[in-house]
Amino acid sequence: MQTITRDQLLDKAVSLLADGTVTAVLGWSKGEFDYDVTPAVFKTEAELKENFVWNDFCGANFSKYLVAKMDRLEGKMLVFLKPCDTYSFNQLLTEHRFDREKVYAVGIPCEGMVDIAKVKAICGEGISSVDCGGDKLLVTTLYEEQPVEVATAEVLAERCVNCKSKKHVAYDELLGEEGEVIDSNRFDEVEKLEAMTPDERFAFWQNELSRCIRCNACRDACPACTCEKCVFDNPNSGVENKAPANSFEEKMFHIIRAYHVAGRCTDCGECSRVCPQNIPLHLLNRKFIKDMNEFYGEYQAGAEVGSRAPLVDYTTEDLEPGEVFDRRDTNA
Amino acid sequence: MQRVGVFVCWCGSNIAGTVDVQAVSEALKNEPGVVFSTNYQYMCSQAGQNMIIDAVKEHNLTGIVVCSCSPRMHEATFRKTAAAAGLNPYMVEIANIREQCSWVHKDMMTGTEKAIILGKAAVAKVNLNTPLTPGESPVTKRALVIGGGIAGIQTALDIADAGFEVDIVEKKPTIGGKMAQLDKTFPTLDCAACILTPKMVDVAQNEKIRIFSYSEVTDVKGFVGNFDVTIKKNARFVKEDICTGCGACVEKCPMKKVPNEFNLGMDNRSAIYIPFAQAVPKVATIDPNACNMLKNGKCGLCAKVCAAGAIDYTQKDEYIEEKYGAIVVATGFNPISMEKFDEFAYNQSKDVITSLEFERLTNAAGPTAGKLLRPSDHEHPHTIVFVQCVGSRCDSCAEKGKEYCSKICCMYTAKHAMLTRDKYPDTEVYVFYIDVRTPGKNFDEFYRRAVEEYGVKYVKGMVGKVTPEGKKLKVQASDLIANKQLHIDADLVVLAAAIEPDQTARPLATMLTASMDTNDFFTEAHPKLRPVESPTAGVFLSGACQGPKDIPETVSQAGAAASKVIGLLAKDKLTGNPCVASSNELMCNGCSSCERVCPYGAITYVDKEFRMPDRTTKVRRVASVNPAVCQGCGCCTVACPSGAMDLRGFANNQIMAEVDAICK
Repeated sequence: MQTITRDQLLDKAVSLLADGTVTAVLGWSKGEFDYDVTPAVFKTEAELKENFVWNDFCGANFSKYLVAKMDRLEGKMLVFLKPCDTYSFNQLLTEHRFDREKVYAVGIPCEGMVDIAKVKAICGEGISSVDCGGDKLLVTTLYEEQPVEVATAEVLAERCVNCKSKKHVAYDELLGEEGEVIDSNRFDEVEKLEAMTPDERFAFWQNELSRCIRCNACRDACPACTCEKCVFDNPNSGVENKAPANSFEEKMFHIIRAYHVAGRCTDCGECSRVCPQNIPLHLLNRKFIKDMNEFYGEYQAGAEVGSRAPLVDYTTEDLEPGEVFDRRDTNA
Repeated sequence: MQRVGVFVCWCGSNIAGTVDVQAVSEALKNEPGVVFSTNYQYMCSQAGQNMIIDAVKEHNLTGIVVCSCSPRMHEATFRKTAAAAGLNPYMVEIANIREQCSWVHKDMMTGTEKAIILGKAAVAKVNLNTPLTPGESPVTKRALVIGGGIAGIQTALDIADAGFEVDIVEKKPTIGGKMAQLDKTFPTLDCAACILTPKMVDVAQNEKIRIFSYSEVTDVKGFVGNFDVTIKKNARFVKEDICTGCGACVEKCPMKKVPNEFNLGMDNRSAIYIPFAQAVPKVATIDPNACNMLKNGKCGLCAKVCAAGAIDYTQKDEYIEEKYGAIVVATGFNPISMEKFDEFAYNQSKDVITSLEFERLTNAAGPTAGKLLRPSDHEHPHTIVFVQCVGSRCDSCAEKGKEYCSKICCMYTAKHAMLTRDKYPDTEVYVFYIDVRTPGKNFDEFYRRAVEEYGVKYVKGMVGKVTPEGKKLKVQASDLIANKQLHIDADLVVLAAAIEPDQTARPLATMLTASMDTNDFFTEAHPKLRPVESPTAGVFLSGACQGPKDIPETVSQAGAAASKVIGLLAKDKLTGNPCVASSNELMCNGCSSCERVCPYGAITYVDKEFRMPDRTTKVRRVASVNPAVCQGCGCCTVACPSGAMDLRGFANNQIMAEVDAICK
């Protein structure tokens, strides 16, 4: 469960709107289902009171919305940022993707968000309501008379189980307690993949990626994917909007995307959260992060504004590619 | 649609020997856009080029594919041919079917198959080529020479002689380099100082030459004809323009126990010093690590005795920014460290010395005033053992030595041995060698004189161990010809240490984006045909920075480098490279990825107003490339996440078309 309450966030939003600090609020809004929480822009107190949500399903990372939603806005936008969201926020500032002056960022603590797929795996389909409270979820389904109790810790998203930081790296104002960067085990999953033989690994990804329906949700949610014109939408790129006509193309889509965000991906995990097919896409990016850490030294994208990712940097001290490769052996 | 002509070259039998050129020209006839295809014995010959010109006219060709050698060899030739035929020179594509095909394949079938594929790729690319026009850039008529040894000195003198300004940057307080430390020079045995110091004076007196001594290059920007160089003049705490070099300060300086690097630490100098009598510029330098005044403010004696008032304890490092049209690298060499060669007891005994130390011991201006005395007890050595190839040709000991031959050791060791026997006939001299290599004018005669006339004992074999015992050095060695072990009680052991490029070469190469080999020697643009040019335009190589060299070779290479520089500086304008990056502003995110990877600082950002589809305007930050600075390396096109950045002449769609043609 979350240590900060909806009322606290609501009060903050309402008062900032009232005193004119901000003219709009980027927050989570009720969706079709309890677990289907949707990002929304609120402009009035009434809208906020009616639809603003804060619970264990508020996973959406708002950083990316600042790129698109700010052009026409008069005044500032209030945005609520969980710790992991603040890394994306900084990364986008590094890339000059939005105007910091037009944002009022409120850092909020996060105790981890629930992965509905894990809940469904326990309770089955047909969930009609979920009550978040305490360290349990009360799940009501169409097929059970009594609500099912599920321990929140059991159904946390993988990115939250392996949370890398409870510390906010950017905000104008902080609600609740500040946390610390966590020495997480997030690379354990990557190591499992690395331990596979090439054939096993190929089979693993082939199985995962074969479910891809090219809905582009991963790209659309990814805070690193903010290009004015995505290569997959560009008729001149040669890879535009290809439906996964064959297994090669669906793999290419994800591999191209992983390369494009390499060094800029903060490991926020939005790609996997939004994937309707539950493909663990974040593992591709995390492998890149692990490799870069090993080849070039630890680097966390978005930890600070203006930092230079090793893959998109040039210094006269740069290692020759051969030396980087040799170094890999000594680290292994 | 282009009208493409394909011209397949036999290169005599170089290509035709392993590639069926007829089959290649036939196969490429059917490729999209190809309207003419032929083959000929030597496309680069006058007849071959005329064939291309005629075909362009006869078939109204708009693009040309030449299947021949590497574009590094003849791309420029065929671009000129295209221009002569009235085509844009950048409508030419080369398919490298020699280096990348016929030379690596032994079998006609596979060679031909690959040649056809490479040809198809070139055709696919030329179909997407567009005419490109290079820009022009002016040439700054001044050269920079980095390093003031004999190589740098000769290059600078020759350039100045042609009427161009030259600056020499030398990291030591004086120019002169290694040659200034030598005693005699092989094979004529002239005194090194006698032939070097007049040249140093020439440099000092030449109006066209400026010397930045005690200085280093810290930054290089720009490109051929227009380099912007930052030179750091280290504070020497003496005003160079006022100091007369009288030496009063050196005499009075109370801090006299500083190891003298010019004599390789075999004697001491004062904290304020002039490296040697003929130093140029002849001005004093204060060693900040030794001077009491600079370290703790106590002393100030040199300022008191300086009649000219040249001492300035508050002097700071100074940064000078200067423009150059050409840069010559003449960073030279150093003997490798003997620290790791425990078997020769270099660290244990003062009487085990390197050959350069031996030079100082026999030099009249050296620590012993030219008398050959043992460093330990200043006694005359009666038995001297010279060991050749210490760290050279060292296959098995790569971690402490070098794999290459240092080239100069055989000759200077013969010289040392001969001069020792000449001056001190009572001395027994042994030389242990792997081979004696004496290719050079009068070199072998010189070596034979050492053996035949001077009785130097040459022994084929290596010294296994040197053990100091009392006043003697026990030398254990093998004589491979007599097949026996030798035990020699020596008084002095001289190690012919391998030479390596100066430590400053690697960071300098990075600044210059000049390539180096694995041993940190600068790479020449072509080992035979362009031996004094770096592959980086406007950067030239002089002396041992390119590979081990003796003095005659260094001087001739220095002259050659100078003539290349003169050829460049004589031009008023240089034609640029039109294959530069450009950004599609509609797609650019302004994310700065390209700016950060650009090694040349060619990319900046501008805020531009864009008209949106809904007729509103929006100001966006977009990348802008300076075509004069861009070198067309393509880093930015790879870093750009949206594909907005593209390289003219090597556009993403051209590369993809090539790949598609190859994979088809």
